[in-house]
Amino acid sequence: MAVERTLPTSEAQDLLDLTRGIADKELAPRAAPDEEAGAFPRDVFALLGRSGLLGLPYPAAYGGGDQPYEVYLQVVEELAARWLAVGLGVSVHTLSCFPVAAYGTDAQRADLLPDMLGGAQLGAYCLSESHAGSDAGALATRAEPEPGAVPAPRAGAAEAGPDAEPAGVPEAPGYRITGAKSWITHGGAADFYTLFARTGGPGSGREGISCFHLPAATPGISADPPERKMGMSASPTAVVRFEDVRAALESRIGAEGQGFAIALAALDSGRLGIAACAVGVAQAALDLALAHSRERHQFGRPIGDFQGLSFLLADMATQTAAARELYLAAARRRDAGRPFATQAAMAKLFATDTAMRVTTDAVQVLGGAGYTRDLPAERLMREAKVLQIVEGTNQIQRMVIGRALAREARTTEGPAGR
Amino acid sequence: MNIVVLVKQVPDTATERKLSSDDNTLDRAASDGVINELDEYAIEEALLLKEKHGGEVTILTMGPDQATDSIRKALSMGADKAVHLVDDALHGSDALQTAYALSKALGTLEFDLVVLGSESTDARTGIVGAALAEYLGLPQLTLAGKVDVDGQAIRIQRATDYGHDVVEAQLPAVVSVVEKINEPRYPSFKLIMQAKKKPVAKLSAADAGIDTALVGLGNAATETVDFAPAPPRAAGTVIKDEGDGGVKAADFLAEKKFV
Repeated sequence: MAVERTLPTSEAQDLLDLTRGIADKELAPRAAPDEEAGAFPRDVFALLGRSGLLGLPYPAAYGGGDQPYEVYLQVVEELAARWLAVGLGVSVHTLSCFPVAAYGTDAQRADLLPDMLGGAQLGAYCLSESHAGSDAGALATRAEPEPGAVPAPRAGAAEAGPDAEPAGVPEAPGYRITGAKSWITHGGAADFYTLFARTGGPGSGREGISCFHLPAATPGISADPPERKMGMSASPTAVVRFEDVRAALESRIGAEGQGFAIALAALDSGRLGIAACAVGVAQAALDLALAHSRERHQFGRPIGDFQGLSFLLADMATQTAAARELYLAAARRRDAGRPFATQAAMAKLFATDTAMRVTTDAVQVLGGAGYTRDLPAERLMREAKVLQIVEGTNQIQRMVIGRALAREARTTEGPAGR
Repeated sequence: MNIVVLVKQVPDTATERKLSSDDNTLDRAASDGVINELDEYAIEEALLLKEKHGGEVTILTMGPDQATDSIRKALSMGADKAVHLVDDALHGSDALQTAYALSKALGTLEFDLVVLGSESTDARTGIVGAALAEYLGLPQLTLAGKVDVDGQAIRIQRATDYGHDVVEAQLPAVVSVVEKINEPRYPSFKLIMQAKKKPVAKLSAADAGIDTALVGLGNAATETVDFAPAPPRAAGTVIKDEGDGGVKAADFLAEKKFV
């Protein structure tokens, strides 16, 4: 059932029409078989790139779509409703582009963004480590600044092999990066990695972290075999290793030590993408359950006519609609240039918990058939679970919201309590 | 090489399609209008030829005002401009009249090649391409599954029951395509935005030099005298296998003259 949307412009309407067309024809038929086979649909991302869907919230000057988050997120929702691996992939890619787009120099943006936003390059976001998940500020991947300019070796004719560097070109100082990143969506499949690593010494805390943009082909970068996950098998999640990787100075995004602030700012926006994905999954589950409740007859009536199921469906629809409005409200704050981090956390928390509940209820509505792999209900339920975990567990979201409440209470508290 | 693609707006085959009981013509309000599917293949082939040989791709549509939506869609696939032949006098025109009217509209354009889908999903006469070529006095290359242009020569593979014929002609020519010719592209968001600014020229019957005494429902050579919805599908035959299922299935097929 197509969701009726209020969109700000006719071009947004056209964009959503384009998205639905691609989602129905190219995503929906492949979701079940490709998830079963664990096949990453790189070709689908290429198509989305050609169609202009991989850089929607970024400036048109760099190949983006110049769309507000209110519109971009509804595109993500439509994609996720047909196939979460693709919807989430678009959200993660968009997140990976954020540091260069928001904190890159003009030269970095002009150099990097066209391929990133045009879909030629698929991105991955490397923040978490095995011992630094929720506590991302404790990350240990090291980016060691190189001392001064390193003159390139002046190879004599006798020693110069075919691989010798061109003589006499001085190499500017950069960084040597060593460490491992965990739970990386598109790990091993991405064309570039947005990496957060420690440029300060041990114990430098959050202020010692910097952000880097590294092509996946950079020597020393490798990925482990993908994790064997409960769902989303078509989307590779892997440990990405950095072994004495040389990063040029120009690959650093923002100032040294600014990395953690960049990471958190990126995640504020990324969480809205996860919320949109969750609403897409919930909507897909609701549509499936509703259709089944009309087709399936017991006791001579469609089972949806029984109050027990009718009320269940009513709750599923209400929660899904509320989750959509919550992420849209946060998105509109972002689009208006107002603070939105707390609202983004609320949207992520509510939408992903809703997706879990609605997909579980959808399995219940479908009964025994819902528990089989012949129908997508059980897959949607497995997919919903990961959304409560990624880009800040829902416990972390509550922490973010709780801290904001306490902060607000402190600033509004007068001597008389008000 | 300048190419004109003929694009027809048809009712979406995914929705219920009806004729209007007033005059037995299509009830356009009853369902959403979309580009005739085979015309999307025609647009794609024209764009591929343009990418190879240069020139411009122009969309030509005959139809009422709401056909504008389909014109925009065609432009958002990458066509350069469009001509919309729209006139109340054309309402109810049959296939021959449509071919005549399109030939007159084409007379106002400069082109080397006309490409169209080999039939529409609504009327399905499949003769407009051939009739149009006759009106224009141009070679007709119909049912093309492959098109190659080399200088002034155009060569197609014409799909047949036994495989294909290779047919060659000199430009300008009219080519109708079948769906195996290519895979139509999706529009991109950027092209959708650009399409809003691309020129769409409206052409009346008078502008095109169409003799209105020759077109429209009242002057049509063919007339739809009655219509009926397709009968609902009858329930299938269930054969229960009690050791003789194979024989029963064979008997069923023989009875229906399948074997």
